[in-house]
Amino acid sequence: MSDYLPVVILAVAAIGFAVTPLALARLWANKFSPKKPGEDKNATYECGLESKGDAWIQFKSEYYLYAIIFLIFDVETIFLLPFAVAFTGLSAFAFVEMMIFVFMLVAGLVWAWQKGVLTWK
Amino acid sequence: MDQGLKSELQKQGVFTTTLEELYNWGRKNSVWPLGFGLACCAIEMIAASMSRWDLARFGAEVFRPSPRQADLMIVAGTVTKKMAPQVVRLYNQMPEPKYVIAMGACAISGGPFKQGYNVLKGIDRFIPVDVHIPGCPPRPEALLHAFMTLQEKIDQQQLTGAGRARHLNADKPSEFPVPEFGEHDLQPPNNPAVWRAPVLKRQG
Repeated sequence: MSDYLPVVILAVAAIGFAVTPLALARLWANKFSPKKPGEDKNATYECGLESKGDAWIQFKSEYYLYAIIFLIFDVETIFLLPFAVAFTGLSAFAFVEMMIFVFMLVAGLVWAWQKGVLTWK
Repeated sequence: MDQGLKSELQKQGVFTTTLEELYNWGRKNSVWPLGFGLACCAIEMIAASMSRWDLARFGAEVFRPSPRQADLMIVAGTVTKKMAPQVVRLYNQMPEPKYVIAMGACAISGGPFKQGYNVLKGIDRFIPVDVHIPGCPPRPEALLHAFMTLQEKIDQQQLTGAGRARHLNADKPSEFPVPEFGEHDLQPPNNPAVWRAPVLKRQG
Protein backbone atom coordinates (compact mmCIF):
# COMPACT_ATOMS: atom_id res chain seq x y z
CA MET A 1 0.00 0.00 0.00
CA SER A 2 2.80 2.39 0.92
CA ASP A 3 4.16 1.89 -2.61
CA TYR A 4 1.34 4.07 -3.86
CA LEU A 5 1.98 6.91 -1.42
CA PRO A 6 4.17 8.90 -3.88
CA VAL A 7 1.39 8.64 -6.47
CA VAL A 8 -1.13 10.02 -3.99
CA ILE A 9 1.21 12.86 -3.04
CA LEU A 10 1.80 13.65 -6.71
CA ALA A 11 -1.93 13.60 -7.41
CA VAL A 12 -2.67 15.95 -4.52
CA ALA A 13 0.12 18.30 -5.61
CA ALA A 14 -1.08 18.24 -9.22
CA ILE A 15 -4.68 18.99 -8.27
CA GLY A 16 -3.53 21.74 -5.93
CA PHE A 17 -1.35 23.20 -8.66
CA ALA A 18 -4.35 23.42 -10.96
CA VAL A 19 -7.03 24.44 -8.48
CA THR A 20 -5.11 27.01 -6.40
CA PRO A 21 -4.65 29.64 -9.16
CA LEU A 22 -8.29 29.23 -10.21
CA ALA A 23 -9.46 29.63 -6.62
CA LEU A 24 -7.21 32.66 -6.12
CA ALA A 25 -8.52 34.24 -9.31
CA ARG A 26 -12.09 33.64 -8.14
CA LEU A 27 -11.37 35.14 -4.74
CA TRP A 28 -9.72 38.13 -6.38
CA ALA A 29 -12.71 38.63 -8.65
CA ASN A 30 -15.11 38.48 -5.71
CA LYS A 31 -13.07 40.96 -3.72
CA PHE A 32 -12.04 43.49 -6.35
CA SER A 33 -13.36 43.24 -9.88
CA PRO A 34 -17.12 43.21 -10.36
CA LYS A 35 -18.75 41.20 -13.11
CA LYS A 36 -19.83 43.24 -16.08
CA PRO A 37 -21.83 41.15 -18.49
CA GLY A 38 -23.50 42.81 -21.44
CA GLU A 39 -25.44 42.16 -24.58
CA ASP A 40 -22.43 42.25 -26.90
CA LYS A 41 -20.14 40.45 -24.50
CA ASN A 42 -22.57 37.57 -24.10
CA ALA A 43 -23.16 37.27 -27.82
CA THR A 44 -22.38 33.88 -29.32
CA TYR A 45 -20.18 35.04 -32.16
CA GLU A 46 -17.13 37.22 -31.87
CA CYS A 47 -16.38 38.41 -35.40
CA GLY A 48 -17.78 41.91 -34.81
CA LEU A 49 -20.82 41.39 -37.01
CA GLU A 50 -24.24 40.69 -35.63
CA SER A 51 -25.45 37.21 -36.42
CA LYS A 52 -28.49 37.10 -38.66
CA GLY A 53 -31.10 34.42 -39.17
CA ASP A 54 -31.35 30.97 -37.74
CA ALA A 55 -28.49 28.54 -37.15
CA TRP A 56 -30.78 25.60 -37.97
CA ILE A 57 -30.51 25.77 -41.73
CA GLN A 58 -30.69 22.80 -44.09
CA PHE A 59 -27.64 21.79 -46.03
CA LYS A 60 -27.96 20.46 -49.54
CA SER A 61 -27.33 16.74 -49.67
CA GLU A 62 -26.22 16.74 -53.30
CA TYR A 63 -22.59 16.23 -52.42
CA TYR A 64 -23.26 12.49 -52.09
CA LEU A 65 -22.80 12.27 -55.87
CA TYR A 66 -19.24 13.52 -55.55
CA ALA A 67 -18.67 11.04 -52.76
CA ILE A 68 -19.84 8.11 -54.91
CA ILE A 69 -17.79 9.12 -57.93
CA PHE A 70 -14.75 9.74 -55.75
CA LEU A 71 -15.08 6.21 -54.35
CA ILE A 72 -15.37 4.71 -57.84
CA PHE A 73 -12.46 6.46 -59.48
CA ASP A 74 -10.09 7.10 -56.61
CA VAL A 75 -10.54 4.58 -53.82
CA GLU A 76 -11.15 1.70 -56.21
CA THR A 77 -7.84 2.39 -57.96
CA ILE A 78 -6.00 2.12 -54.65
CA PHE A 79 -7.53 -1.28 -54.03
CA LEU A 80 -7.16 -2.51 -57.60
CA LEU A 81 -3.40 -2.01 -57.71
CA PRO A 82 -2.49 -4.45 -54.88
CA PHE A 83 -5.21 -6.74 -56.20
CA ALA A 84 -3.52 -6.87 -59.60
CA VAL A 85 -0.07 -7.40 -58.09
CA ALA A 86 -1.20 -10.30 -55.87
CA PHE A 87 -3.59 -11.71 -58.48
CA THR A 88 -1.78 -14.95 -59.32
CA GLY A 89 -1.34 -15.95 -55.70
CA LEU A 90 -4.94 -15.31 -54.66
CA SER A 91 -7.33 -17.98 -53.45
CA ALA A 92 -10.73 -18.39 -55.12
CA PHE A 93 -12.45 -17.00 -52.04
CA ALA A 94 -10.39 -13.80 -52.08
CA PHE A 95 -11.03 -13.44 -55.83
CA VAL A 96 -14.81 -13.70 -55.37
CA GLU A 97 -14.72 -11.28 -52.48
CA MET A 98 -12.78 -8.73 -54.53
CA MET A 99 -15.20 -9.16 -57.42
CA ILE A 100 -18.14 -8.39 -55.11
CA PHE A 101 -16.36 -5.22 -54.00
CA VAL A 102 -15.68 -4.15 -57.59
CA PHE A 103 -19.23 -5.02 -58.61
CA MET A 104 -20.65 -2.79 -55.89
CA LEU A 105 -18.64 0.16 -57.10
CA VAL A 106 -19.45 -0.56 -60.76
CA ALA A 107 -23.12 -0.62 -59.82
CA GLY A 108 -22.61 2.85 -58.40
CA LEU A 109 -20.99 3.95 -61.65
CA VAL A 110 -23.87 2.54 -63.69
CA TRP A 111 -26.34 4.32 -61.47
CA ALA A 112 -24.49 7.63 -61.72
CA TRP A 113 -24.19 7.20 -65.49
CA GLN A 114 -27.92 6.59 -65.82
CA LYS A 115 -28.63 9.64 -63.71
CA GLY A 116 -26.63 11.71 -66.21
CA VAL A 117 -24.01 12.88 -63.69
CA LEU A 118 -21.16 12.13 -66.09
CA THR A 119 -22.57 14.40 -68.80
CA TRP A 120 -21.16 17.93 -68.81
CA LYS A 121 -23.98 20.44 -69.06
CA MET B 1 4.43 52.64 2.41
CA ASP B 2 6.74 55.59 2.28
CA GLN B 3 9.03 55.55 -0.78
CA GLY B 4 12.12 56.58 1.23
CA LEU B 5 11.65 53.79 3.77
CA LYS B 6 11.06 51.36 0.95
CA SER B 7 14.31 52.17 -0.84
CA GLU B 8 16.14 52.14 2.51
CA LEU B 9 14.81 48.66 3.22
CA GLN B 10 15.74 47.57 -0.30
CA LYS B 11 19.36 48.59 0.34
CA GLN B 12 19.32 46.30 3.36
CA GLY B 13 18.03 43.45 1.23
CA VAL B 14 14.38 43.63 2.31
CA PHE B 15 11.99 43.80 -0.60
CA THR B 16 8.57 45.22 0.15
CA THR B 17 5.62 45.58 -2.14
CA THR B 18 1.87 46.07 -2.16
CA LEU B 19 -0.89 43.98 -3.67
CA GLU B 20 -1.64 46.85 -6.03
CA GLU B 21 1.94 46.99 -7.28
CA LEU B 22 2.07 43.25 -7.83
CA TYR B 23 -1.27 43.29 -9.61
CA ASN B 24 -0.29 46.14 -11.92
CA TRP B 25 3.16 44.68 -12.53
CA GLY B 26 1.61 41.44 -13.66
CA ARG B 27 -0.99 43.13 -15.84
CA LYS B 28 1.32 45.58 -17.54
CA ASN B 29 3.70 42.82 -18.58
CA SER B 30 1.09 40.55 -20.10
CA VAL B 31 -1.02 42.80 -22.29
CA TRP B 32 -2.38 40.70 -25.11
CA PRO B 33 -3.41 42.69 -28.17
CA LEU B 34 -6.27 41.80 -30.44
CA GLY B 35 -5.03 40.62 -33.85
CA PHE B 36 -6.86 43.29 -35.71
CA GLY B 37 -5.71 45.64 -38.43
CA LEU B 38 -7.72 48.03 -40.58
CA ALA B 39 -5.25 49.55 -43.01
CA CYS B 40 -1.57 50.22 -43.67
CA CYS B 41 -0.80 50.91 -39.97
CA ALA B 42 -1.43 47.22 -39.40
CA ILE B 43 1.70 46.46 -41.45
CA GLU B 44 3.75 48.51 -38.99
CA MET B 45 1.97 46.76 -36.12
CA ILE B 46 2.91 43.39 -37.61
CA ALA B 47 6.50 44.58 -38.06
CA ALA B 48 6.57 45.66 -34.40
CA SER B 49 5.54 42.18 -33.33
CA MET B 50 8.21 40.48 -35.44
CA SER B 51 11.83 39.79 -34.53
CA ARG B 52 13.34 43.12 -35.54
CA TRP B 53 11.31 45.26 -33.10
CA ASP B 54 10.12 42.36 -30.99
CA LEU B 55 7.01 43.37 -29.08
CA ALA B 56 7.52 40.15 -27.10
CA ARG B 57 9.98 42.05 -24.91
CA PHE B 58 6.94 43.72 -23.37
CA GLY B 59 4.99 40.49 -22.96
CA ALA B 60 2.66 41.51 -25.75
CA GLU B 61 3.53 39.18 -28.59
CA VAL B 62 0.41 37.05 -28.13
CA PHE B 63 -1.93 38.56 -30.71
CA ARG B 64 -5.27 36.95 -29.99
CA PRO B 65 -7.67 36.15 -32.81
CA SER B 66 -10.65 36.47 -30.46
CA PRO B 67 -11.73 39.55 -28.50
CA ARG B 68 -12.60 37.26 -25.59
CA GLN B 69 -8.90 36.71 -24.88
CA ALA B 70 -7.53 40.16 -25.67
CA ASP B 71 -6.67 43.03 -23.31
CA LEU B 72 -5.64 45.65 -25.82
CA MET B 73 -7.18 46.86 -29.03
CA ILE B 74 -4.72 48.52 -31.38
CA VAL B 75 -6.90 50.45 -33.81
CA ALA B 76 -4.41 50.35 -36.65
CA GLY B 77 -5.72 52.23 -39.63
CA THR B 78 -8.58 54.14 -41.19
CA VAL B 79 -11.91 53.47 -39.53
CA THR B 80 -14.59 53.80 -42.17
CA LYS B 81 -18.12 54.52 -41.07
CA LYS B 82 -19.13 51.10 -42.28
CA MET B 83 -16.45 49.47 -40.12
CA ALA B 84 -16.99 51.57 -36.97
CA PRO B 85 -19.93 49.53 -35.57
CA GLN B 86 -17.86 46.36 -35.88
CA VAL B 87 -14.88 47.98 -34.13
CA VAL B 88 -17.06 49.14 -31.24
CA ARG B 89 -18.72 45.74 -30.99
CA LEU B 90 -15.35 43.98 -30.88
CA TYR B 91 -14.28 46.38 -28.14
CA ASN B 92 -17.46 45.59 -26.22
CA GLN B 93 -16.74 41.91 -26.48
CA MET B 94 -13.32 42.23 -24.89
CA PRO B 95 -13.28 41.38 -21.19
CA GLU B 96 -12.19 43.99 -18.66
CA PRO B 97 -9.56 45.30 -18.07
CA LYS B 98 -9.23 46.53 -21.64
CA TYR B 99 -7.24 49.27 -23.28
CA VAL B 100 -7.17 50.99 -26.64
CA ILE B 101 -4.25 52.39 -28.61
CA ALA B 102 -5.35 54.56 -31.54
CA MET B 103 -2.49 54.06 -33.99
CA GLY B 104 -1.85 56.55 -36.75
CA ALA B 105 -3.38 59.74 -38.09
CA CYS B 106 -6.52 57.99 -39.38
CA ALA B 107 -7.42 56.28 -36.14
CA ILE B 108 -6.95 59.44 -34.09
CA SER B 109 -8.56 61.96 -36.42
CA GLY B 110 -9.37 60.61 -39.86
CA GLY B 111 -5.92 61.61 -41.11
CA PRO B 112 -5.51 62.29 -44.83
CA PHE B 113 -9.04 60.99 -45.40
CA LYS B 114 -10.61 63.37 -42.88
CA GLN B 115 -12.63 65.14 -45.59
CA GLY B 116 -13.97 61.85 -46.91
CA TYR B 117 -17.69 61.31 -46.53
CA ASN B 118 -17.19 57.72 -45.39
CA VAL B 119 -14.38 58.09 -42.85
CA LEU B 120 -14.84 58.28 -39.11
CA LYS B 121 -12.87 61.23 -37.74
CA GLY B 122 -11.23 59.34 -34.91
CA ILE B 123 -12.22 56.20 -33.06
CA ASP B 124 -12.19 58.17 -29.79
CA ARG B 125 -15.67 59.38 -30.77
CA PHE B 126 -17.06 56.01 -29.73
CA ILE B 127 -14.65 54.22 -27.41
CA PRO B 128 -12.28 55.56 -24.73
CA VAL B 129 -8.76 55.67 -26.17
CA ASP B 130 -5.84 55.35 -23.77
CA VAL B 131 -2.93 56.26 -26.02
CA HIS B 132 -2.95 58.18 -29.31
CA ILE B 133 0.00 57.82 -31.70
CA PRO B 134 0.41 60.31 -34.54
CA GLY B 135 2.13 59.35 -37.77
CA CYS B 136 1.16 58.16 -41.20
CA PRO B 137 1.89 55.38 -40.56
CA PRO B 138 3.75 55.57 -37.23
CA ARG B 139 6.97 53.58 -37.22
CA PRO B 140 7.18 50.48 -35.01
CA GLU B 141 9.27 52.53 -32.55
CA ALA B 142 6.29 54.84 -32.11
CA LEU B 143 4.09 51.85 -31.35
CA LEU B 144 6.65 50.62 -28.83
CA HIS B 145 6.60 54.04 -27.22
CA ALA B 146 2.82 53.96 -27.08
CA PHE B 147 3.09 50.57 -25.51
CA MET B 148 5.47 51.77 -22.83
CA THR B 149 3.17 54.73 -22.18
CA LEU B 150 0.29 52.31 -21.74
CA GLN B 151 2.40 50.22 -19.36
CA GLU B 152 3.08 53.33 -17.28
CA LYS B 153 -0.62 54.10 -17.30
CA ILE B 154 -1.48 50.58 -16.13
CA ASP B 155 1.17 50.86 -13.43
CA GLN B 156 -0.50 54.03 -12.09
CA GLN B 157 -3.96 52.49 -11.79
CA GLN B 158 -5.37 52.15 -8.30
CA LEU B 159 -6.84 48.97 -6.91
CA THR B 160 -9.21 50.56 -4.42
CA GLY B 161 -10.68 53.95 -3.61
CA ALA B 162 -12.68 56.42 -5.64
CA GLY B 163 -9.97 56.77 -8.29
CA ARG B 164 -9.72 53.05 -8.94
CA ALA B 165 -9.46 51.67 -12.44
CA ARG B 166 -12.60 51.43 -14.55
CA HIS B 167 -12.76 47.66 -14.57
CA LEU B 168 -12.75 47.60 -10.75
CA ASN B 169 -15.66 50.02 -10.51
CA ALA B 170 -19.07 48.38 -10.83
CA ASP B 171 -20.74 51.69 -11.71
CA LYS B 172 -18.64 52.41 -14.76
CA PRO B 173 -19.67 50.84 -18.05
CA SER B 174 -17.85 48.01 -19.73
CA GLU B 175 -19.81 48.25 -22.97
CA PHE B 176 -20.29 51.32 -25.10
CA PRO B 177 -23.25 51.91 -27.41
CA VAL B 178 -22.68 50.52 -30.88
CA PRO B 179 -23.51 53.10 -33.58
CA GLU B 180 -25.68 52.14 -36.51
CA PHE B 181 -24.67 52.64 -40.11
CA GLY B 182 -27.37 55.11 -41.12
CA GLU B 183 -28.35 56.69 -44.40
CA HIS B 184 -26.06 59.71 -44.15
CA ASP B 185 -23.88 59.17 -41.10
CA LEU B 186 -23.43 56.91 -38.14
CA GLN B 187 -26.35 57.05 -35.72
CA PRO B 188 -25.42 58.59 -33.32
CA PRO B 189 -22.39 60.34 -34.92
CA ASN B 190 -20.50 60.16 -31.62
CA ASN B 191 -20.90 58.92 -28.08
CA PRO B 192 -21.33 62.07 -25.92
CA ALA B 193 -20.23 60.15 -22.82
CA VAL B 194 -16.82 59.62 -24.41
CA TRP B 195 -16.31 62.52 -26.80
CA ARG B 196 -17.73 65.98 -27.31
CA ALA B 197 -17.11 68.31 -30.20
CA PRO B 198 -14.57 70.99 -29.23
CA VAL B 199 -16.11 74.36 -28.50
CA LEU B 200 -14.77 77.29 -30.50
CA LYS B 201 -13.72 80.16 -28.25
CA ARG B 202 -13.44 83.55 -29.92
CA GLN B 203 -11.56 86.33 -28.27
CA GLY B 204 -12.84 89.88 -27.95
